[in-house]
Amino acid sequence: MEMLVFLIPVSLFLGGLGLVGFLWTLKSRQYDDPDGDAHRILSSEWDDHPKP
Amino acid sequence: MSDSYAASSISACPACVAAPAAERLAEAREKRPAGLVFSLPTAHCAACITDVERALREMQGVHSARVNLTLKRVSVEADPSITPDAVIEKLAAIGYPAHELDPGLLSMTETDRRGRDLLMRLGVAGFAMMNIMLLSIAVWSGAESATRDLFHWISAAIALPTLAFSGQPFFSSAWAAIKARRLGMDVPISLALILAAAVSLYETAESGQHAYFDAAVSLCFFLLVGRYLDYRSRAAARSAAEELAALEVPRATRLIGGAETVVPVAELEAGDLVLVRPGARMPADGEVVEGSSELDRSLLTGETLPVPVEPGGRVSAGEVNLTGPLVLRVTAAGRDSSLHRMADLVAVAESARTRYTSISDRMARAYAPVVHLLALAAFAGWFYATRDLRHSLNVAAAVLIITCPCALALAVPAVVTSASGRLFRNGFLIKNGTALERLAEIDTVVFDKTGTLTLGAPEPVGLEAHDPRDLSLAAALASASAHPLARALVRAVADMGLRPDTVQDIREIPGQGVEGRVNGSVVRLGRAEWVGAPVVEGTATYLALPDGQTRAIRFSDSLRPGAAETVADLRAGGHRVILLSGDAEAPVRRMAESLGIPEWSAGQSPHDKAERIARLQAEGARVLMVGDGLNDTVALASAHVSISPANALDAARVASDIVVLGQDLGPLAMAIRLARLARRRIVENFGLALAYNVIAIPVALAGLATPLIAALAMSASSITVSLNALRLK
Repeated sequence: MEMLVFLIPVSLFLGGLGLVGFLWTLKSRQYDDPDGDAHRILSSEWDDHPKP
Repeated sequence: MSDSYAASSISACPACVAAPAAERLAEAREKRPAGLVFSLPTAHCAACITDVERALREMQGVHSARVNLTLKRVSVEADPSITPDAVIEKLAAIGYPAHELDPGLLSMTETDRRGRDLLMRLGVAGFAMMNIMLLSIAVWSGAESATRDLFHWISAAIALPTLAFSGQPFFSSAWAAIKARRLGMDVPISLALILAAAVSLYETAESGQHAYFDAAVSLCFFLLVGRYLDYRSRAAARSAAEELAALEVPRATRLIGGAETVVPVAELEAGDLVLVRPGARMPADGEVVEGSSELDRSLLTGETLPVPVEPGGRVSAGEVNLTGPLVLRVTAAGRDSSLHRMADLVAVAESARTRYTSISDRMARAYAPVVHLLALAAFAGWFYATRDLRHSLNVAAAVLIITCPCALALAVPAVVTSASGRLFRNGFLIKNGTALERLAEIDTVVFDKTGTLTLGAPEPVGLEAHDPRDLSLAAALASASAHPLARALVRAVADMGLRPDTVQDIREIPGQGVEGRVNGSVVRLGRAEWVGAPVVEGTATYLALPDGQTRAIRFSDSLRPGAAETVADLRAGGHRVILLSGDAEAPVRRMAESLGIPEWSAGQSPHDKAERIARLQAEGARVLMVGDGLNDTVALASAHVSISPANALDAARVASDIVVLGQDLGPLAMAIRLARLARRRIVENFGLALAYNVIAIPVALAGLATPLIAALAMSASSITVSLNALRLK
């Protein structure tokens, strides 16, 4: 049971990491155009090099 | 938007910051590029995105173009030299009709902020829910004494801040409801959240067995999902509809002692002299003092034929001056003008419609008191039987959590989101939250003619029958005029591959037509009396040839694509279809006969239309009104539900519940079917949610509900309801 002392903080930390990641995607407006983003992956534009 | 992206990602690489930053500084010193936003109703695939963005980037002076497929919009950063019309033309050339949106009217940032705010609360609730569930599983699987207390305390540490943050939308709206002495859905929700948290905290402090932190947080999570879906489906549609607002600036040119001053329309008074140039709208009601011209009244009355005016003639605000400049003496401006009287009628009609209550409102109204009474009864009953305050409170909290309208709150938004998403992909914008529900109830469809069943733009017909030389001559004369018939003629002749003839001394005679000379003899294109030609039935323009012969070129308003199929579809579906038009009898009868509409009336004034709809509704019919003009606005507002095309007048779009973005009317029958299907799903979802309550409530009342049962029941019902909504696709 002593392992809980480590495991619980570790699990909370990892969960928190996920939350921070989510908040980042939100801040950088990645949910503004879900349909467009889903389709853009099919376009062959910028396949050879990244968009400047 | 993409710029700020680049800026934030660049900072990860300190070495490469300097160069682009310097470039941006240089750019910023130049004139700020203007942002233009267009609605792009037909964009739907990856190729559309690529085509549009590439075509726009190729234009000189365009810095960037980005398509947003979700909102069907493209935003363009360009030099001020790029006009919106140039962009629209470019897009039309590659096959994408576009409407300009006024960036000033875009409430986009505002709605975005609300959406992101909800999404953030949702994310926090989701994170907290998963972590607490993890701890709860340990408790459910048999953690004892000190370990259990520890887990409960950690859960409390996560749950309480989460509830305080994520529950705010419910708390604030519940508080507003209580202040207004109402009981909405949010009051039982807030009460359940607060009571569950409080009872669980007390139990944790007392080393009790059951804590409902997981239930409280997952309740909050599921409810936020419903709230967010609801918000999303409306915000996208509503903002786009608002933004279609025409960019007409309400200004007028006032003449004072011969000098022209531009003033806001609101400042006009009766007796002012106003100059109205060709192509402009009448700013007020008035009497023509000087000049002669033709007026396009189609948006006010539905008449397709331009009406000639001379000094002494009366004009109404909203009519379009076609050929010559006019000087008006204002007889009624602002509040008194016919335009405003119409707006007042619309307001009256709309207030009658806001009384409609949606199914979910009716459910909420019945549900909230029942839930409160049940919880109170559980508490009172248990306290009376056992004299155990702690246990009684526990049971009451369990009842509140179990009955909490988790699935109910998801039942409607999940279906509406799924349905309006599908309608949006077909070019239908749902502006009003209850529009889908009302659309499902209709049994009668009333159409306007001009601009609704037709495109509202006359096209020449039977050109093949004419001598190509006559047509070249007509096109040469027509190209000198801005009259809609002339412009349509020029376009049609060019499409036939004919080049305009050479004609000398071309001049436009306002209100009459265009005149020129070929080899010394006069040629004319214009009104029959002026040209000296016999009048033919219907819309036509007349051509006088050098040898004195005359030709009549007929025009007809072309049918909107999909109109015939829609009418046939609606009639096959058992709907009563009626055509009400302000136009003259002959064209209306022709239209009705060709579309197979048995009931039609011509020469209808705005009042007639509204009255007819009121009469139909009094007889028990549920009317869908489809119209585009100012003469339809009152009818649109008083119908059970209303639809207008995107090129309709602003007032008509505002008055209607649904806006059709594309040219095609075809999906209308599909929309009605989908609305019916959505309504059935909503009712099914309510049934599912109630069935689960019928099973779970007795368990909770008996005091047998554990946090595990509550969590299982709640998740199961929410997921079932969401899956049922997804079946709509």
